[in-house]
Amino acid sequence: MSQPTPLHHPALHESGRLHANGAALYVDDIPPPKGMLVGQVIPSPVARGRIVSIDAAEAAQVPGVYAVLFARDVPGHNQVGPSFPDEPLLAEGEVHCVGQIVGLVVAEDLAACRAAAAKVRVKYEELPALLTVEQADAAGSYIGTPHFMQRGDPDVALAIAALRFNGVVETPGQDHFYLETHCALAIPGEDGTFTVHSSTQHPSEVQAKVAEVLHMPRSRVVVLSPRMGGGFGGKETQGNHYAALAALGALKTRRAVKVWLDRDEDMTQTGKRHPFRMTYEAGFSSDGMITALKARLLANGGWAADLTIPILDRSLFHADNAYFLPHVRLEGRAVRTNLPSNTAFRGFGGPQGMVLIEEIFNRAAERLGLDPAELRRRNYYGDAPRNVTQYHQEVKDNRLARIHQELMASSNYVARRAAIEKFNERSPHVKRGIGMQPVKFGISFTMSMLNQAGALVLIYSDGSVQLNHGGTEMGQGLHTKMLVVAAHELGLPPERIRVMTTATDKVPNTSATAASSGADLNGQAVRNACAVLRDRLRPVAARLLGLSVEDAHRVVFLDGHASVPGGTERVPWEKVTERAYVEQVSLSATGYYRTPDIKYDRAQGRGKPFHYFAYGAAVVEVELNGLTGEHRMLRADILHDVGDSLTPTIDRGQVEGAFVQGVGWLTCEEVIFDAKGRVLTHGPSTYKIPAVGEAPEDFHVALLDRAPQDGVIHGSKAVGEPPFMLGIAVVTALRHAVGAFGQVGREVELALPASPEALLRAVERARSAVAHGKARAG
Amino acid sequence: MDVIRFTLNGQSVEERGIAPTTTLLNYLRHRGLTGTKEGCAEGDCGACTVALLEEAPDGTGRWRAVNSCLVLLPMLQGREVVTVEGIADGDRAHPAQTAMVQNLGSQCGYCTPGVVMSLFEATYRSDLDEAWKLDDQMCGNLCRCTGYRPIRDAAKAVAGTRPRDRFLERAAVRAGQGMKLAYAAGVQRYFNPVSVGELCELLDTHPEARIVSGGTDLCLEVTKKRRELPLLISVEGVPELRRMERRPEALVLGAAASLSDVEAFTRESCPPLHRMLRYFASRQIKNRGTLGGNVCNASPIGDTPPVLLALGASVTLRRSSGTRTVPLDAFFLDYRKTALQAGEFLESVTIPSIPAGARAAAYKVSRRRELDISAVAAGFFVVTDDAGRVTEARLAYGGMAAIPRRAAGAEAALRGQPWNEASVEKAVAALAKDFTPISDLRASAWYRATVAGNLLRGFHLETRDQHVPHLPQRPNATLHLQPSPGGQS
Ligand SMILES: Cc1cc2nc3c(=O)[nH]c(=O)nc-3n(C[C@H](O)[C@H](O)[C@H](O)COP(=O)(O)OP(=O)(O)OC[C@H]3O[C@@H](n4cnc5c(N)ncnc54)[C@H](O)[C@@H]3O)c2cc1C
Ligand code: FES
Ligand code: FES
Repeated sequence: MSQPTPLHHPALHESGRLHANGAALYVDDIPPPKGMLVGQVIPSPVARGRIVSIDAAEAAQVPGVYAVLFARDVPGHNQVGPSFPDEPLLAEGEVHCVGQIVGLVVAEDLAACRAAAAKVRVKYEELPALLTVEQADAAGSYIGTPHFMQRGDPDVALAIAALRFNGVVETPGQDHFYLETHCALAIPGEDGTFTVHSSTQHPSEVQAKVAEVLHMPRSRVVVLSPRMGGGFGGKETQGNHYAALAALGALKTRRAVKVWLDRDEDMTQTGKRHPFRMTYEAGFSSDGMITALKARLLANGGWAADLTIPILDRSLFHADNAYFLPHVRLEGRAVRTNLPSNTAFRGFGGPQGMVLIEEIFNRAAERLGLDPAELRRRNYYGDAPRNVTQYHQEVKDNRLARIHQELMASSNYVARRAAIEKFNERSPHVKRGIGMQPVKFGISFTMSMLNQAGALVLIYSDGSVQLNHGGTEMGQGLHTKMLVVAAHELGLPPERIRVMTTATDKVPNTSATAASSGADLNGQAVRNACAVLRDRLRPVAARLLGLSVEDAHRVVFLDGHASVPGGTERVPWEKVTERAYVEQVSLSATGYYRTPDIKYDRAQGRGKPFHYFAYGAAVVEVELNGLTGEHRMLRADILHDVGDSLTPTIDRGQVEGAFVQGVGWLTCEEVIFDAKGRVLTHGPSTYKIPAVGEAPEDFHVALLDRAPQDGVIHGSKAVGEPPFMLGIAVVTALRHAVGAFGQVGREVELALPASPEALLRAVERARSAVAHGKARAG
Repeated sequence: MDVIRFTLNGQSVEERGIAPTTTLLNYLRHRGLTGTKEGCAEGDCGACTVALLEEAPDGTGRWRAVNSCLVLLPMLQGREVVTVEGIADGDRAHPAQTAMVQNLGSQCGYCTPGVVMSLFEATYRSDLDEAWKLDDQMCGNLCRCTGYRPIRDAAKAVAGTRPRDRFLERAAVRAGQGMKLAYAAGVQRYFNPVSVGELCELLDTHPEARIVSGGTDLCLEVTKKRRELPLLISVEGVPELRRMERRPEALVLGAAASLSDVEAFTRESCPPLHRMLRYFASRQIKNRGTLGGNVCNASPIGDTPPVLLALGASVTLRRSSGTRTVPLDAFFLDYRKTALQAGEFLESVTIPSIPAGARAAAYKVSRRRELDISAVAAGFFVVTDDAGRVTEARLAYGGMAAIPRRAAGAEAALRGQPWNEASVEKAVAALAKDFTPISDLRASAWYRATVAGNLLRGFHLETRDQHVPHLPQRPNATLHLQPSPGGQS
């Protein structure tokens, strides 16, 4: 059924039907071009070492092998790092982590690749490696410069604080575990051109890297990103390598070359979420107001800079989460270690910063004997002067209080907490816990220039429309939303518009689809392009409607027709476009958008890095078995602010999925390296992302209503990342349950991720504290 | 005979010259049926799920979701497979597909074909009568995007609806469990005998052959260790080996009975084993994996051995010259070494009936509740006399030693003692001498040791009221403990 506009209405996923019948094509599904070869990476087996010699003579003799390539075979710039030139595509001289790419075998099939790879002899002289943050910090092995933020005098405030404590918080890494592993297919064309199909969130950067590696202008390289089978940040920069390798292989063999990683290769070679080690000292007043915070945040960047610096920055930007910190000093540093280069992952440092402050609030609540939800409420940003962040941006449109109030009521938090206390009293071995978690998340790329986007809209004279924009689709529903925006602007049912594969020859110089900004930025660009076309079509329609040219501005396009409000006559859209062609009116237009008014001075730790903030909150209830440490999430309630949702069904999906992913990060998932820097958890048999049973049994998700956001496309808000951090609520709930095994007023010691083992340790500690207390009392 | 014949999406296919260790997943994708995805090639993600028509114990057919990454092409001999591309009716989507689209069950869509095929099985199942069973049905399909709520909704919408379509019709007809096959390609051979006699004869001729049953363990050697496996003899085509029988004194379970059949069969007849199977792998794995495979694989972290050991099971081994019965205790010799001799195969597992009044239960603890390998698994069996003293105790553990085995010291500590908390504590203390578990990436030695003791404590608590606890209504943790109505005990 057609409705006047699809805007703000529920919609199905634009590719849902193709997903469900298996027809949706991902890079690895593209029918192989004639003569296609495949490439396989030769990874470094050592965490750090000097390459003494390389001998590929025997490997080259393996039947079916076309090329064995190393750094010396790169004709251009052997670099794929997004920000610093510290990341060679193929190792030169030294290797810096297990899994670093040393060479590439190109052969007829993977079996031949493997046979040849086994015959490549690379000799390494092993060198001492740095694996942990502490080791690297002690050795002074850093990436980039430190980042400081300061307000007030935290030392003085700490000295006079009623409650003062310090501690260390370590946040775990996380593998993206997108279901589709990395894949790229490079096809050589005529006259030294290349077409590269890449599973990437950032086709423009892939294009740039391919061109640099092959030593040619970007105009010779077209990169297409069809849909991805999940990205979550893991395909923002990490696809550069495999696309460049495929292109290099194609250059050398003059054949199409595909590089596809199996799961083990993907998990061994690609970067993950940055583990952080954070030390802090915090002060509170006796009524639970935070008065001071000093913290040092150390990010484990792995061997190359990649996006570590902006990720570190974002962790500092979110070390306040939703709370006003009157006196604060933050220091952020990134260390360089001999692990795979850690990279973007949903939240981009924000989650790590938030876990720090939430841990501090949990400890304060435990010490003060206050309900942690109430403690949080008291500390929310509020009216001036409590409305300025530690980087001196004003918090506008603050929705924390409203969300808190609505969610506490709808989740029945207070009554449930009381019921849990009762339950726990009569249940010695199974305890329940409840936790509330607010989120405030800044929206914009913090590197301001990235906040721009483009679109290209083509109308054919039969009235059908092709929509190109610079964003990539990884499941987040961006294409669905862009379709909605275009359909709304052109007054067409979405079925008449096709969203095209994202390609660098349609929209140039795009930013990565990242920072949750895909819909904000591309949506405006799409809208602008459509507005241009609509304005061009108005006079045409006016003539068809028998109106004078002066009345053209009154023409509206709605439901596939042109008309004037109040008028009785309607002209079908395709008549207008057909006529426009005859009248020699251009039917294609580009659109462009940049976010106004944001800038940040990193040296001063001061500015307005964010266009606006997204808010949300969650209440989570868990049940914990004190004999095994197993837990289950009984219920989750979420209220999340997406402004006036462009497409509520899509946004709900983002909220639910991000939440469960956040819960996975802090509970069942764990990246484990051995003492040699080899990742042991390189497949789903050992790396456990949430399965269906980890999702809450009872799951209530609501989008904040009546919440338009100024200055964003149709009053909507970004949604991709913020709800990830709602998952932190599970930690507060688990701490509550753990605490119930011990004495009230005792602090809980719970390591992250809260695996059954970590939880059992925490329970045993809580229990032994009771036993201790008893012994002492007696 | 060197042709593999099967039906793929309704069309008969004949293949020759293909390596017998080619997985169905690779075969499909090479054929251009790229709807079926590879997410791991180790049975742990479900993206490769397809449906196989399987013969039910009553001889009719049923559609079973399986991981195509763990199915070798010759396993399809004489059988019928459908993939995500083959379930729509012309332009009309299958209800499983519609449910996914309508509920926005796909975001990136990469897990979706596999999810759809698990839903496809659910559509025709008639035993999905409790909410948690839907999770059990779907737990083999990882989705990184949706958080599962819409997938659960889709499952609710289609499970057990059994539309009268060609798939239901097809299942009503006798399915047959494959056809005899003697296949060779290059230096590799694969045999699928269809009677015990043929199986014995083949093993006599080729005592060096690897036996394969469901292949859920064995195929990992192909997909992960890249072994060539020159000679495979399958046992799954032998009807006698799939038989399950409940006799007054014992259950006799054929070695090639699939774990999902065993799970259904033991719901009333052997609750501890049933309960263990609820936490065992995923639906897809259980649809292919067999009891015999789990026992013969002799993994220290295999999940059925502890419960079988606790229940006093024995195994019947067969070769052309006859059979012998070995108590399971004596079957596991050393790390991955069993009493099976070359040319011998496991025919059946016999589990003595649980005597009235005995206490018995089984537990599995892992990092993730569903589809995970045990950190610790345990099976317990305790009989007391009229005075409440322990006359018999079998406490068996997995994950605690190089083989699944019983805790002799802890058992001795219980024998003759009253079945109470104090005796249990003594047994727990004795466990420390019975086992020196290792630390690995699944759990530390500390965790294993602590949980091993706690499970025994939990067993004592859980069997206070119900001696042989059934699967709880809401199976949250393998150890099920209700709050006591009277406050802290
Ligand atoms: C994703 C995944 C999850 C898993 N989860 C679990 C789990 O939770 N718990 C668990 O215990 N296991 C698990 N497994 C392991 C496996 O599924 C089980 O061990 C299963 O029971 C094996 O049965 P099968 O028929 O597939 O064995 P196969 O792979 O066919 O055979 C296994 C071994 O036993 C031998 N064998 C099989 N049948 C016979 C016979 N009749 N006579 C003699 N030798 C025989 C074979 O030669 C082979 O060495 C999992 C496996 C995967 C891939
Ligand atoms: S590919 Fe992951 S289960 Fe088969
Ligand atoms: S929809 Fe992306 S993994 Fe399920």
